[in-house]
Amino acid sequence: MKVVVDMNKCQDHGQCVFAAPDVFSMDDDGHLVYVSGPDEALRDEVEEAADVCPLQAIRVED
Amino acid sequence: MTGRIVVVGASMGGLRAAEQLRAAGWTGAITVIGDEPHMPYNRPPLSKGVLAGKAPFESLAFTPKAAAADVEWRLGAKVVEARLAERTVELDGGEALSYDGLVVATGTRPRRLACPGPLTGRHTVRTPADAQGLRDELTRPGVRVVVVGAGFIGCEVAATAVGLGVREVTVVDPLPLPMVGPLGELLGRALLKRHEERGVRFVLGAGVTGFEGDERVTGVVLGDGTVLPADAVVESVGSVANVEWLEGNGLDLADGVLTDGQLRVGGRPEVVAVGDVARFPNARYDGVPRRVEHWSIPTDTAKHAAKVLTGAALPPFAPLPTFWSDQHEFRLQSFGAPVLGLGDVRVLDGDAEGDVLVGYHSGGQLVGVVALGGQAAAMGAARYRAQLLKQPALTA
Ligand SMILES: Cc1cc2nc3c(=O)[nH]c(=O)nc-3n(C[C@H](O)[C@H](O)[C@H](O)COP(=O)(O)OP(=O)(O)OC[C@H]3O[C@@H](n4cnc5c(N)ncnc54)[C@H](O)[C@@H]3O)c2cc1C
Ligand code: SF4
Repeated sequence: MKVVVDMNKCQDHGQCVFAAPDVFSMDDDGHLVYVSGPDEALRDEVEEAADVCPLQAIRVED
Repeated sequence: MTGRIVVVGASMGGLRAAEQLRAAGWTGAITVIGDEPHMPYNRPPLSKGVLAGKAPFESLAFTPKAAAADVEWRLGAKVVEARLAERTVELDGGEALSYDGLVVATGTRPRRLACPGPLTGRHTVRTPADAQGLRDELTRPGVRVVVVGAGFIGCEVAATAVGLGVREVTVVDPLPLPMVGPLGELLGRALLKRHEERGVRFVLGAGVTGFEGDERVTGVVLGDGTVLPADAVVESVGSVANVEWLEGNGLDLADGVLTDGQLRVGGRPEVVAVGDVARFPNARYDGVPRRVEHWSIPTDTAKHAAKVLTGAALPPFAPLPTFWSDQHEFRLQSFGAPVLGLGDVRVLDGDAEGDVLVGYHSGGQLVGVVALGGQAAAMGAARYRAQLLKQPALTA
């Protein structure tokens, strides 16, 4: 599974971090960092993160 | 259940319902009917980035999940009537569609002020066309704007207008503070100060009784007779649920459509409601049915309702509402139900002058947190999210 975040859209809301903490996190400056090729077992979490991103910046590619 | 599920309303709630029906294993047909000409798009930027000219409308489109690729979209089509006993809906062209399952996802429209005066120059913000029309006015040199209603959308529009360089932006509200209904006095005062410091003028404790002007609005008349000169007016005075098409079925449509704790409508296992239009009891709180106009709700309700519609037995619906609002350079981030804890409001971190985290309590128990400030403050609220999720239900 491949995760792509459109960093032009992302406004560091952090909603994705609550939904999928193993994939998304905030660095010390409050900016988003994420794992771009997470384990397939995390798919539900990642889909959830994509759903809850207020800017709809997260794309899950197969 | 087999056959066809009809979803009425092609916005976020409708899209999420279709996607979640596939996720819940529904393999039958899904038809989504919506009266807007667009595929579902994200509304919040309309009062923020789109109005500011920073986000083009195309950037708002949701990307439907692959599993929902075979959903039939009937756009630009309005449902005028539902006959639940016969399991049919009727479109404005006269066509009747029968269904085996029905999802009510028709959301809300802006409430309009009924007072007398011209309509031209008066705006609401719900659709891309609304946002574009208002943007055209706000970018006219020297324009004076009066925003009626100091709720979230009114305050966002006022902030965006100031950001666009509009010199005279006045917000009018009968209540004494902005956003005081949902957030209480402490944050209401903090928000007032921040908006005023950035150039928004407030006329509070004043109701609007009329509009001046012949063809076009030229002024807003207040209860005490004062007239605020205005070249453009924004009416942000709440919303009305789109439920007229459900009339005649014996449903409780007093404010949105009443559902049970499983989001079912009228006691029918084949009809559910999602999103802004659903008035549902939240088992996490006091069980009183409420409509919740938060962006998180279409997704939460769709997940639950899709499972219910496909026959799953679930515990009662108990979402943790979340809300955010961007105004000027600061953000409000809310988790839980602050409105249920307005009688016991405590500062949990920081102070109202800077970044602040506010807790709302009922019977001593934390029921909501709201952060106001920069991104770090918003993330501070998130620390309480787990606690809010774990707590036992409030019993009224
Ligand atoms: C300007 C604005 C800014 C916002 N900002 C925020 C924010 O910052 N944070 C936040 O949490 N929330 C925000 N919200 C709220 C959020 O956008 C809503 O909660 C969300 O859009 C609700 O989605 P919905 O699908 O339930 O309803 P809607 O988006 O209202 O969709 C209902 C759809 O059904 C259609 N419809 C209605 N009647 C019929 C009919 N009879 N036949 C066919 N179709 C019909 C409508 O045209 C519409 O397309 C904002 C809303 C607006 C308008
Ligand atoms: S939820 Fe969306 S906007 Fe927020 S940090 Fe994640 S990707 Fe960025």
